[in-house]
Amino acid sequence: MIVTIVIFAYLGLVLIVGTVSHKFFRGTGEDYFVASRTIGPFVLLMSLFGTNMTAFSILGASGEAYHRGIGVFGLMASSTALVAPCVFFFVGTRLWSIGKRHGYFTQVQYFRERWNSNGFGLLLFVVIVALIVPYLLIGVMGGGITLHQITKGQIPQWLGGLLVGAVVFIYVCYGGVRGTAWANTFQTLVFMTLGGAAFFIIVHKMGGLSASLAQVAPDLLMHETHIKPLELLTYTCIPLSVGMFPHIFMHWLTAKSARTFRYPVMWYPICVAIVWIPSVLLGILGSVDIPGLKGPEANSILVQMIERHAPGVLAGLLGAGVFAAIMSSLDSQSLSIGSMFTHDIIRHYRVRFDPVKDGLSEKGQVLIGRLFVFGILCLTYLLSLVLNRSIFKLAVWSFTGFASLFPIVIAALFWKRSTKYGAFASVISVVVLWIYFFIQGWEAPGYTVGGSGVMPVAVILAVSAVVMIIGSLISKPPDSAIIQKFFPSQAKQTDS
Amino acid sequence: MRKTFSQWVLYIALVVLFLLHNDFWLWDNPKVVLGLPIGLLYHIGFCVAAAILMALIVNFVRSYYLQNEDIDE
Repeated sequence: MIVTIVIFAYLGLVLIVGTVSHKFFRGTGEDYFVASRTIGPFVLLMSLFGTNMTAFSILGASGEAYHRGIGVFGLMASSTALVAPCVFFFVGTRLWSIGKRHGYFTQVQYFRERWNSNGFGLLLFVVIVALIVPYLLIGVMGGGITLHQITKGQIPQWLGGLLVGAVVFIYVCYGGVRGTAWANTFQTLVFMTLGGAAFFIIVHKMGGLSASLAQVAPDLLMHETHIKPLELLTYTCIPLSVGMFPHIFMHWLTAKSARTFRYPVMWYPICVAIVWIPSVLLGILGSVDIPGLKGPEANSILVQMIERHAPGVLAGLLGAGVFAAIMSSLDSQSLSIGSMFTHDIIRHYRVRFDPVKDGLSEKGQVLIGRLFVFGILCLTYLLSLVLNRSIFKLAVWSFTGFASLFPIVIAALFWKRSTKYGAFASVISVVVLWIYFFIQGWEAPGYTVGGSGVMPVAVILAVSAVVMIIGSLISKPPDSAIIQKFFPSQAKQTDS
Repeated sequence: MRKTFSQWVLYIALVVLFLLHNDFWLWDNPKVVLGLPIGLLYHIGFCVAAAILMALIVNFVRSYYLQNEDIDE
């Protein structure tokens, strides 16, 4: 009962933080969707990090480490620590600049104009929404599992998922992206602090780290048995997904200036280490503490350990930390999808919802955004009731799709000669290969291409890049007006 | 914008760090060092090295975007 009270109190606190931001709401679409581009460096760091770290890095990582050992840290954490800040620096700052110059709210708006193609914008919208739904599912399912375990089954899994969805919906609707960024900052600090606290308390109760590690099977303390060298190498492609995540793009656009990116670029690797070290170590120690969990059952190892070693108020607080990680992603993802639907479909195709003839009023934009956030959360919740899959597996397939789209953004930003035909071909190749590998690998645990250790993402990414290049080179070069619009500095240099 | 010598050095360091992510030499080593499995300790050190390198990059690479506030106005 105490655990439930603590968790409900935490959810109430999150609601307060999220809704207090409403005081700063300016009533415009730009404020609701990109906080009028006023977010500072610390909040940007926390919201980018909190958004990217989800149930995947808390429950999924510990569940995966339970089966595969320390290699999980190298696979996802340290590779993200290098790749994600590079993407922020080389891609994020440029997209922020372009977004500000042209008043964009979503990726699709940029890509549609970059290649002057409505069809490409629509295709990308469909692909992004299809890929984000599994990612949203991770949050809703993670919330259900956590509450169910930590209350010893008093609160069923369906109610936990419903609760997470409802709280997120309320503060996203009320506070928009500013409320989301504030709530993310609060929640990121909570899960970083409580994750560390959970680790120290559990390890202490288990008799100390050295004594506990001495009982762990040696194969979990090294890479060899569970991870192939090529898997480690090709897994580094997965974090490229941050370059195409709609929620990361949305947070990039909220930055006050390009310099705001300095904090996220510098501190992101440290934040990754702070969250993943306890998750991975607790997963490994869980194999000693609660042995015998099979497959997706291990996703609840962290919660089971908390419940066993830190009952009562502490369990409630630590459970709140897990909730914090989950909700700080779910909010941004659902809001970004709401933003895409509003701007890329409703507003773009000029459905007349109000007296303004050529689009939507500011109020109308906010209303449609809210309605779609509600719709996407409902859909995700319903799917979470009928699906029961490994959280980690769901995330990896979602990340694979987004990472495979990375050549699109690179071509758009750095290659003037790229064309819509190249972009079309590239996205279609991603869709076809993703479906192929998904069918091949979904039922096969630890699937790699031909059992070689090569992750499907590496193959799809390579094909997508090659197809982008060939498709662009064999088609007509883009108009000079487009080049002038998106490469003004180079254009000026050429002119002079 | 022409790249400076320090910029090239930092870019090369980035590539080297990426290659160092693949710690094949620790592949079958379950030894515990400083209270942690050596493979895990290595990757924690890798995260710290990544943070230092990224700090150097944002401070020393003459990025058109990071050094020009409101470049489009």
